[in-house]
Amino acid sequence: MKLVFNYLIFPGFLFSAVVGLISGWFDRKLTARIQWRRGPVWYQNFLDLIKLFSKEIIIPTEAKFTFFISPFVGVCASVIVATMLGRVLVNPSESFIGDLIVLVYLLVIPAIAFILGASSSGNPLASVGASREMKLILGYELPFILSILTIIIKTGSIKLEAILNHQIVYGSHIASFSGIVAFLVAFLCAQAKLGFVPFDISEAEQEIMAGTLIEYSGPLLALFKLTKAILLYIMPIFLIVLFIGKDTSLKFLFLKYIGLITLIILLKNTNPRLKIEQAIKFFWGPVSFLAAVSVILALLGW
Amino acid sequence: MNLKLKALTKSIWVFHAACSPCNNCDIEVLDLLTPRYDVERFGIILAGSVRHADALLVTGVPNYKTAQRIKKLYEQAPKPCFVIAVGSCACGRNMFRESYNSPCNLDEIIPVDIYISGCPPKPEAMIAGIVKLIKKVGSSKGY
Repeated sequence: MKLVFNYLIFPGFLFSAVVGLISGWFDRKLTARIQWRRGPVWYQNFLDLIKLFSKEIIIPTEAKFTFFISPFVGVCASVIVATMLGRVLVNPSESFIGDLIVLVYLLVIPAIAFILGASSSGNPLASVGASREMKLILGYELPFILSILTIIIKTGSIKLEAILNHQIVYGSHIASFSGIVAFLVAFLCAQAKLGFVPFDISEAEQEIMAGTLIEYSGPLLALFKLTKAILLYIMPIFLIVLFIGKDTSLKFLFLKYIGLITLIILLKNTNPRLKIEQAIKFFWGPVSFLAAVSVILALLGW
Repeated sequence: MNLKLKALTKSIWVFHAACSPCNNCDIEVLDLLTPRYDVERFGIILAGSVRHADALLVTGVPNYKTAQRIKKLYEQAPKPCFVIAVGSCACGRNMFRESYNSPCNLDEIIPVDIYISGCPPKPEAMIAGIVKLIKKVGSSKGY
């Protein structure tokens, strides 16, 4: 019973969706203020979702079965991540050995759902988007896992509870040399995972229209928008747990979340879109180098 | 006004369907979407794909080639989908009425919900038109 409640309501589906949608509004509002306009009302994203759920689903004749299931796969994976992170933050003893590894796996699944849905839709622009998303995953996974490896070396554990406890005892990881380098790397990778502007190559609206989402309409599109919203909630929380988890009381958690999300939005609004080869060069070049430096620093004990 | 209708009228994603226009109306449509007029206040966003669209902003005179295209485009959009005829050409073919390459009016191809006249219409006129569309949709039972 408690498990069902956890997955469907409190740290799971309903809570993460509401927080994600409100964060999505925060993103749109802040973007609007940066561009000197007023921006939408706070419930705009909820209206968008209700509207999409009430619209018609169009399934292309060439679409495969995976076209229909991949939005559900994306939502389910992100809800499981949200539930695991939320439960650990509420009660650290709910953590189990290896849950960090599970989270790293589950965080890739939404992107894979996008690829699966796009490549089964039979649209050439969607397949361009899918191939770009695939290349982007290859690009950012290496530095992302290296930066998580830094944390594992520093704490000597793959359990979220141990990582949080280590930070409570020795201070946040971001306060050390290796920690801040790893944080920088993980932050850039989170930007790519969220599909925000310097790395929104797979959905580039101006060149390949909506890329991976091009054939989706109505409720299926709404599920993908929901996946993006939940990702916008879980990525900053994941970074907070790994890097700045010294004080996870509600007040500080909220402030850290708002701070991180503001940084993400500012990065989004002050950068142009990269080309796919630039993005891969960026991730496999300087970012991977930084990640390797952070691993070496962690091994040296800094 | 029920919730579904409210959500629909408060979050209209528009698709810019250029139907052989002379480009003036398109420039004005782009002006409408700039920060100066800020239509995102009302939930209006430019959608890249017609599958995401709730309204087609059609500019220009349908000719033999684009008449079929605009019909296909309307069929590809998920319903309910509105059609907004922007500019005198889309409203009633303007000076191209007798032209050799123009078979029929836009509203003989697809059902047009609102006509915004002007050559080109100002962004203010388009906002006024969209407000009228929202009022019309809100008061009707058909959608």
